[in-house]
Amino acid sequence: MNNHPDYLKECREQEWRVELRKSMKAKERTALERVKMPEHEPEVRSRDHREVNIGLSEEQAVVEAKRCLDCADPTCISGCPVGINIPAFIKNIERGAFLESARVLKETNTLPAVCGRVCPQEVQCEEACFYARKLHLLPVAIGNLERFAADYERNSGKISIPETEKSNGIKVAIIGSGPAGLAAAADMARLGYSVTVFEALHELGGVLKYGIPEFRLPNEIVDVEIDNLKKMGVSFHTNFVVGKTADLDDLRKEGYRAFFIGSGAGLPRFMNIPGENYIGIFSSNEYLTRVNLMNAAKEEYDTPVLFGRKVAVIGGGNTAMDSVRTARRLGAEKAMIIYRRTEEEMPARKEEIKHAREEGIEFHMLSNPVEYFADQNGRVNRMRIQKMKLGEPDSSGRRRPIPIEGSEYDTEVDLVVVSVGVSPNPLIPSSVKELEVTRWGTLVVDKESMQTNIPELFAGGDIVRGGATVILAMGDGRKAAAGMHKTITDNVLNKK
Amino acid sequence: MNKIVSRKNLSEHVVKIDIEAPLIAKKRKAGHFVIVRIGEKGERIPLTISSADPERGIITLIVQKVGVTSHKLSALKEGDFITDVVGPLGKATHIEKVGTVLCAGGGVGIAPLLPIVEEMHKAGNRIITVLAARSRELIILEDEMRAHSDEVIIMTDDGSYGKKGLVTNGMEEVIRKEKIDMAITIGPAIMMKYCALLTKKYNIPTVASLNTIMVDGTGMCGACRVSINGETKFVCVDGPEFDAHAVNFDEMLLRLGGYREEERIAYESYLKTL
Repeated sequence: MNNHPDYLKECREQEWRVELRKSMKAKERTALERVKMPEHEPEVRSRDHREVNIGLSEEQAVVEAKRCLDCADPTCISGCPVGINIPAFIKNIERGAFLESARVLKETNTLPAVCGRVCPQEVQCEEACFYARKLHLLPVAIGNLERFAADYERNSGKISIPETEKSNGIKVAIIGSGPAGLAAAADMARLGYSVTVFEALHELGGVLKYGIPEFRLPNEIVDVEIDNLKKMGVSFHTNFVVGKTADLDDLRKEGYRAFFIGSGAGLPRFMNIPGENYIGIFSSNEYLTRVNLMNAAKEEYDTPVLFGRKVAVIGGGNTAMDSVRTARRLGAEKAMIIYRRTEEEMPARKEEIKHAREEGIEFHMLSNPVEYFADQNGRVNRMRIQKMKLGEPDSSGRRRPIPIEGSEYDTEVDLVVVSVGVSPNPLIPSSVKELEVTRWGTLVVDKESMQTNIPELFAGGDIVRGGATVILAMGDGRKAAAGMHKTITDNVLNKK
Repeated sequence: MNKIVSRKNLSEHVVKIDIEAPLIAKKRKAGHFVIVRIGEKGERIPLTISSADPERGIITLIVQKVGVTSHKLSALKEGDFITDVVGPLGKATHIEKVGTVLCAGGGVGIAPLLPIVEEMHKAGNRIITVLAARSRELIILEDEMRAHSDEVIIMTDDGSYGKKGLVTNGMEEVIRKEKIDMAITIGPAIMMKYCALLTKKYNIPTVASLNTIMVDGTGMCGACRVSINGETKFVCVDGPEFDAHAVNFDEMLLRLGGYREEERIAYESYLKTL
């Protein structure tokens, strides 16, 4: 959690770092080409659920680490929502101190193996890299290096457990075990609090488990990170819906002094067009939950899922990409993205779009479904699509799609996944009457402390943002932990 | 993990199971349900809480063997553990004094109807209960229903008990006889559809408790969505009770059959393993 400029400078002035900088000329460093992430071949990987990216080898990681110039003003750090000491972890890779590199990552990031895989680095740290900003070259592959260090540590069997301060005995509750909750839990545990995480589902990890597929983020990696939290003394309760199984008042009576709400984006949105409730039309949440959390595609598991030969996924975000690539892996001959804007406006990561294309996903841009049709059993068999054109930019800054009258055409489908966003889960807001919410149902918080209008309640992640990324959720969790710590300390001091 | 403290066969296909769930027992109100999962490879299914004893920390579930999960659950013995139980979920029944309430329960739907009858009776309503099933042995909880109803009418399809006929025949007889202020119907979707059509004819406000397919049960997936007055609602968080006259039962019936083939295959192969 220490990324104060003085601390960063002190790290940079360590003797080994100075030596390392001198060992190679900047020109030699910038002459190196960015190491490509090795991937499984599209024909092979689109038939099973193996992870697409293989990960850098030690040699590749060291070469890539050499590209980093160890800048005096590391702009990359400002691009990271959790402020990882990026040059320090990369320079440790360059000198072969891989375990130390992982330790540096964990000073600020609870889940480096996760973030190294799913963060949109291209719009965060890597966009702010000197290479990209000033040299107009491909940035240092910070994300791939982060993943390398975290994987190296995990595979070494020598995982370092972050040190925790002496227990202060103060109980805090974390609601939701997704990325926001895990990040908040880790920081509170380090500060010596007695931390309990409450999870509504039977599995821990939230969206990391039910949402992001195995081929992007293997569950095993999430489990290892959660195990580390357990080793730090964090307790976990599954099958516990705060607001239902017990409400905040019950937990207050149990002695919990502060709460972090990271209950995520709950309700999937639908488009409310005719035929949308036919059989074979899923929300992406349902489709991915069945496949990822419930293992529905495996015969030995009880949960069923429908398989499609011609699958349409509606939307252009990462969840849409995850859904369409999942459908492909489950045997879809034709797997399509239907998106109402153009590729330029797509919120999905470039890498995911690239991977999807390689796997034979069809992209139907400037297209919007207007109606679904079904066979006599109610199973969807056809959809009507209207062509769109782009108009003036809307409030999001993206050009607004406008329907083209008379451009409708029909296409055959037997499975549809609607991935047009989610609304915040109403369970907690509806069980805490005084809690201030926006008209979209998200919680209102102070942007720095993540405190809600109820002083001992903090919140972060999608319940505040309405649908964002793993790393932003983690950043919120960390800010909230700092906010909780300050509030609790102030209260204790005031009472003395 | 929740321990089964006792179990009892109510009929060949229906089992009553008492399980340890102290927190749920304390919070649960009429109308609430739980999601259960049997085994690490099990699916999540919703079951209405039939009754609860907060002092002993026990909730009662009534399960009809219809598929793999309900069969596995019914096969568990006293002292066994259920892998996962989460709840209480859904919105509780709105309890108030309205006058005379006609309660119609069909088959295993009688179980979730019981706590509602009990609460509505306590609230000072006159309760007329119609219990219906295919045959005598499928009429469950008759004594408990009698204890909380002013009048109980039994209807069986084959006439083996009570009167021969459908639940709607029994209801209509009551409606013609006295003024009914409200009706509640719980049972198979097709039964609720016809109950709703009947009470609509007589302009009686009616509540139906829907039993759709669910996965998470907390509003996350939308598997349970239904059309209420043409608007999509989620049974798990917006329900399970809705204005029966606003429910699109035909769509609900279609969606309930969404996995019929998969369920049939899974059930057949499960039965072979026994």
